[in-house]
Amino acid sequence: MTIRLVLALWMLLAAAPAWAHKPSDSYLTLAVSDTHIEGQWDIALRDLDDAIGLDDDGNGEIAWGEVRRKHAEIGTYALSRLTLSTDTHVCKTQVLEQLIDSHTDGAYSVLRFRADCDETVQQLHANYRLLFDIDAQHKGLLRLTQNGQTSTAIFSQDTPTQELALTDRSRWMQSRQFIHEGIWHIWLGFDHVLFLLALLLPAVLVRMDDRWQAAGEFSSVCWNVVSIVTAFTLAHSLTLSLAALDVVHLPSRLVESTIAASVVLAGLGNLYPMITSRRWMVAFGFGLIHGFGFAAVLTDLGLPHDSLLLSLVSFNVGVELGQLAIVMAFLPLAYLLRRSWSYPRLVLTGGSLAVIAIALVWFTERAFDLKLTPL
Amino acid sequence: MKNRRIITTLIALWLMCSSTAIVTAEPTRPTDDAEVLERLVLKTTDPVSRELRTLRQRLRQEPQNLELAAQLATRYIEQGRAEGDPRFLGQAQAVLGPWWDEPSPPPSVLLLRAMIRQNAHEFDRALADLDQVSATQPFNAQAWLIRASILQVQGRYNEARQACQRLRHIAARHITPACLADIEGLTGHATKSEELLTTTLTNSTASGRERIWILTILGELAARVGNTQTAQQSYTDALRIGVKDQYLLSAYADFLLDQGRYREVLSLLQSETKPDGLLLRLTLAEQALHLPAATPHAAELASRFSASRERGTRVHLREEARFTLELLHDPQTALALAQANWKVQKEPWDARLLLESAFATGHISAARPAIEWLTTNHVDDIRLKELARLIQEKS
Repeated sequence: MTIRLVLALWMLLAAAPAWAHKPSDSYLTLAVSDTHIEGQWDIALRDLDDAIGLDDDGNGEIAWGEVRRKHAEIGTYALSRLTLSTDTHVCKTQVLEQLIDSHTDGAYSVLRFRADCDETVQQLHANYRLLFDIDAQHKGLLRLTQNGQTSTAIFSQDTPTQELALTDRSRWMQSRQFIHEGIWHIWLGFDHVLFLLALLLPAVLVRMDDRWQAAGEFSSVCWNVVSIVTAFTLAHSLTLSLAALDVVHLPSRLVESTIAASVVLAGLGNLYPMITSRRWMVAFGFGLIHGFGFAAVLTDLGLPHDSLLLSLVSFNVGVELGQLAIVMAFLPLAYLLRRSWSYPRLVLTGGSLAVIAIALVWFTERAFDLKLTPL
Repeated sequence: MKNRRIITTLIALWLMCSSTAIVTAEPTRPTDDAEVLERLVLKTTDPVSRELRTLRQRLRQEPQNLELAAQLATRYIEQGRAEGDPRFLGQAQAVLGPWWDEPSPPPSVLLLRAMIRQNAHEFDRALADLDQVSATQPFNAQAWLIRASILQVQGRYNEARQACQRLRHIAARHITPACLADIEGLTGHATKSEELLTTTLTNSTASGRERIWILTILGELAARVGNTQTAQQSYTDALRIGVKDQYLLSAYADFLLDQGRYREVLSLLQSETKPDGLLLRLTLAEQALHLPAATPHAAELASRFSASRERGTRVHLREEARFTLELLHDPQTALALAQANWKVQKEPWDARLLLESAFATGHISAARPAIEWLTTNHVDDIRLKELARLIQEKS
């Protein structure tokens, strides 16, 4: 009785922080790209020793030589306990190389492997059976990456199977990411904002007898604004798509300089009005060149090949949302101020002069490859 | 205060560096066949290892042999305790696999399952298993003893006391008083318990490990009521028995830390860097002495806690709360951890962490559960009472 009680006594103190390590874990990293998966699997040498025996000379130490000689066996053992499959195919796995790494509880064998799935992986079924037969508290910590998105899951004896819906989730995330980029690009791309503002400044006025007068109804102002914004949007969407899909390609210096020039011209157009009623045509014409500018950003972001169209549309949606926000902030204010004495003089003339000045600096920088401002 | 800030900054810097190191560290391919990568807990020639191997082989031939399975699982659990290695508990659980998920497995399996669940801090499920054992085997002393300890950790002192009482005629003479004294010492009868334990020690034939258990209870109890001399004597006696016991080491280290005897903590725990709880106490002493070793040790602890978090289990909440409060000096996070811990465990240290982090954050109402626990049970603990007083003054 006493001997058995000793065991119970030990367990009494089990709440004590006596544990040297965490329990057994393996670390599985899967990177999915289209039809194949690159995997890395870190398995503790201690666990492998329990499973297939690594300490050949029985001296209580595991040397690199002992591990190296068991590489084939380790590879076969590990991969026989992991099944990766798509909805219809079981992916074929093969070990690429085996290395060593250390985690908080000791040295781990690192298996790099590749799984070929024969079709685009949209839904990944992962069945994990490592070590559960000898250590019921073992866990497999999964880290899955696809298109730069990472998700995690934990395999345990109770949850040996994980269904990982890749494309849906990441598509939505990706789409959100590109919308976000689009919004920020228009907000931070001051040339686009200035161009748009330069075109919108006179929208609350009408030209009569060579003089600016406040426009009458809100609806006509609105119509004016909508036509300008829509024309700009159509134009830059068109060229953005053409450039992103690699149909048309223009050198970026030419594009950037022309964008700067377009801003200068938009400002000048306000000071010396030649076209008063059809500014939407100006917006469309220069919008074409701004589209090429957007495309450069999109290329820098790295367009994923498998979802090119989605990214393109998302980015464009982002640009339009950002643009809409600018218009919504500008229009009510300009509409309220339009009758004031200062609007045509200070806001329109002064604003246009400022726009021209800034854009001239940009133009000089871009056309002659100089650095004049921190912007 | 200034020094402390410097150390905190150093730790933070180190953590940043080491976490980036974790991200960027690439697996390597060793060049030397003789390079030792890992030291196993047991050599193949170790008698324990041989015994385990024989049992495993026999069990492989008859996996349904209950007696063999229970025997091997018991050996695994013992080994896990001795080495402080939780892997052995997972292995014990795997051995019991054929019966593990049954609602009412045989009593021997139930008892082992209760121990494994207790370890995973699944206290209620462990108690349910013990209920079943006691229903069929009312004289099973182990079941009552484990029950008493779980109930005590949960702060259910009346029920724990009843469980101890059940041991009276079925366990060795010194077991019941020790079991009871531990509880009475917490619930307003510290002096009586001290006497009871001292008498038990002089009149009994307890084994070395049992004496360590009783002496540790006595040491903790005496330290709580400020009886430093008795505490010191108990710990010295316990250490002199010469059986390494991780619980004793951590209790004594806490005693020394509270006394500001940091150098002694260093010599006690210098080589004990594997168990998380002991490394934590060693690092606290190093921090107090402004030793450079505190920084890498704190970083090591941080990565161990994050590895535990990653696997989704939270058995180390108490240690993590203390680490966060006393080494990272982040009372806000420590308070959240201490609160989560308090839901699971209610021992003096759990109360202390809750009170200290609540006090440090000024979030006074967070301390209420611990103060209630102190007053309802009349807990004899000078430090905790003082903390509670300070907090109540503040509010």
